Amino acid sequence: MSMLTYTDKVRDHFINPRNVGEMPDATVVGEVGSLASGQALKLYLKLDEGEKIVAASFKVFGSPGAIASSSALTEMLFGKHIDEAARITAEEISTWLGGLPPEKMHACVLSMEALEAAYARFRGIELDAEITEDHELNICRCYGVPEHKIERAIRDHNLTDVAQITHFTLAGGGCTSCHVDLKQILGRVRAEMAPPPPPTPTATKPSRPVTATGSNLQKMQLIQEVLDREVRPGLAMDGGDMELVDVQGTKVYVQLHGHCNSCSSSSATMKFFVQDRLREMVDPAIEVIDTTEHAAELHAPPMR
Amino acid sequence: MRALAAGPRWVHMPTPLYFDNNATTFPAPEAVEAMLPLLGEFYGNPNSQHALGQKTRHEIEVAREHVAALLHCKTTEVVFNSGATEGNNTAIYAALQARPDRKHIITVKTEHSSVLEVVRSLASRGYRVTELNVDRSGHLDLDELKNEISGDTALVSVMWANNETGVLHPVGAIGDMAKQFGALVHIDAAQAAGKLAIHLGEELAIDFLTISAHKFHGLKGCGALFVRHGTAFEPLLRGGHQEGGQRAGTENVVGIVAMGQAARLAHLKLDQHVETMRKMRDRLQRGLLDKVQDLVFHGDQVSRLPNTVSVGFKFIDGEALLMMMDAQGICATAGSACRSGSMEPSHVLQAMDTPVSSIHGSVRFCVSRYTTQAEVDELIEKVGAIVARLRQMSPFDTSAATAETGPSDAELEQHKAWFARA
Repeated sequence: MSMLTYTDKVRDHFINPRNVGEMPDATVVGEVGSLASGQALKLYLKLDEGEKIVAASFKVFGSPGAIASSSALTEMLFGKHIDEAARITAEEISTWLGGLPPEKMHACVLSMEALEAAYARFRGIELDAEITEDHELNICRCYGVPEHKIERAIRDHNLTDVAQITHFTLAGGGCTSCHVDLKQILGRVRAEMAPPPPPTPTATKPSRPVTATGSNLQKMQLIQEVLDREVRPGLAMDGGDMELVDVQGTKVYVQLHGHCNSCSSSSATMKFFVQDRLREMVDPAIEVIDTTEHAAELHAPPMR
Repeated sequence: MRALAAGPRWVHMPTPLYFDNNATTFPAPEAVEAMLPLLGEFYGNPNSQHALGQKTRHEIEVAREHVAALLHCKTTEVVFNSGATEGNNTAIYAALQARPDRKHIITVKTEHSSVLEVVRSLASRGYRVTELNVDRSGHLDLDELKNEISGDTALVSVMWANNETGVLHPVGAIGDMAKQFGALVHIDAAQAAGKLAIHLGEELAIDFLTISAHKFHGLKGCGALFVRHGTAFEPLLRGGHQEGGQRAGTENVVGIVAMGQAARLAHLKLDQHVETMRKMRDRLQRGLLDKVQDLVFHGDQVSRLPNTVSVGFKFIDGEALLMMMDAQGICATAGSACRSGSMEPSHVLQAMDTPVSSIHGSVRFCVSRYTTQAEVDELIEKVGAIVARLRQMSPFDTSAATAETGPSDAELEQHKAWFARA
């Protein structure tokens, strides 16, 4: 372990955390984690009549990453409307801190979950069951992580291996005896997650249902907004269009239509342009994947 | 401390409060002084026949005498190498080649990775590996060893003292049992050298023993392997006749000479050193008990090294504690190791069945003979304040949590009983 793996901003927010402490006159409190799970966060929010966050504070138990990301979150929340605040993702907290090491993402997830809990309580929404009290039901007994939490992390963050599950949820980071179960869950959930649409050369302008789960939906809407505003008008001028097919974690699947469809040389350029816009406006981790079947490619060898 | 290289990190580094002496130690000034001429005018290759070469040869042989004196063995039984990792690898492979008809290895779950990973890799090459369990105090069960050992056992490899908890294994009894079955015995004494007496006389049934210079105030990158006379030996490194053909490669003359001086001091003043370490460790432990609520000391408190304290602070995270300590110049190690960036609970504390919640707030403090009372007092003061700060930040009412999780009363009684004896 080294302090060097953390950015200066993370270190600063760890050594001098902002807004630590209880808030007796908080409008709403979000609470997640437990002693057994190795980290816990209590987030206090004070809202004005317009539902704007005018004060945020926290109490935390956990790693330097958990302390820093809680501190960061309270700073990010200040002045935001509660609905806008609720859209903050774990990845955004990490980005705000200049990037937390990947294996510390669970700290940002913890902050995001506390925010979610506070929002749900404020709006009177029922959340998924909290970390189960029944130790026997937990997949990872060392950190007390139940299956639904692992499942959600796989979907939300598009996790592909057990190490990533540990980074985002801590599950499997102890005695490792649950790795077999984690692999099984991973296999099942990945199978359930809609795979990127396979190329179907015969299909004519397929329109696929837009699918998303959980907080992905908000992200998807945001991406759609960016496409509508920044990308599609330009394409329309050339007689083309771009469709958002799916969003899985940080992977954004798109398809080109119309004029653009037949122009293979421009599609790569297009992809990077769209990716840059989305990275700037939505999430720096976004990867755009073009699922378009290019008619030209089917008949002619690629140009070299 | 003099600046090695100018750079912002070094310049702004406060004088450290160094409590990480099982990781490495302060090089003894005598050792540094002894090696300096070898960094300059006496640069000869000890394998050369001319006078310049023979000067360094002489220095190496003097160092060998010091190391042999420390281990109470013959000079011809000392093979210089690059440290304990090489020593452990060499001993394990040499033992298996000396017993080619046997396919069973016994070791312990709490061994260092330079033993565990080697024997585990052998498991896929036709060897049967038994990793003995330890109890909550860190001790292995001699009866379990008796049940597992057989005429097929080629090697029993056990550490003398554990690097994380300081708990000692009964190497004498282990050796005797192994001998009854004709198995070879390797002892990793990396943490034992300089902290307890090592008498490799005839009565101690040990065939191989590893030490590392920088664990007892020598330099990094140098160590020695004891190979008992008459034990069949195959070198790990070939390609030269150095060290009697037992370890090829031009000797690390500087490291060996420094190690010789470190061994000389460790041998001459062992009792005095042990007394100093014990005093400082006890002061540290007592101070923590007085200053901090809800802590647990890991491992047997009697049969252990004089310098190591493994302590679990409840309700706080070890990495947070360590980083805050680091920011105040305190050097120590957490009970979780950072492997590829993520915090994995220590395999030693896990093998001792320590609850994961307690492992996470675990820190190892290790004193040396250079540790002063003022340093210990400053450490206690600072650690007390950091723990209090982190607990203040915690969303849990720690006083209520104690009642739920606490076998700590019984444990505290145990510690108090031990202090009464000490």
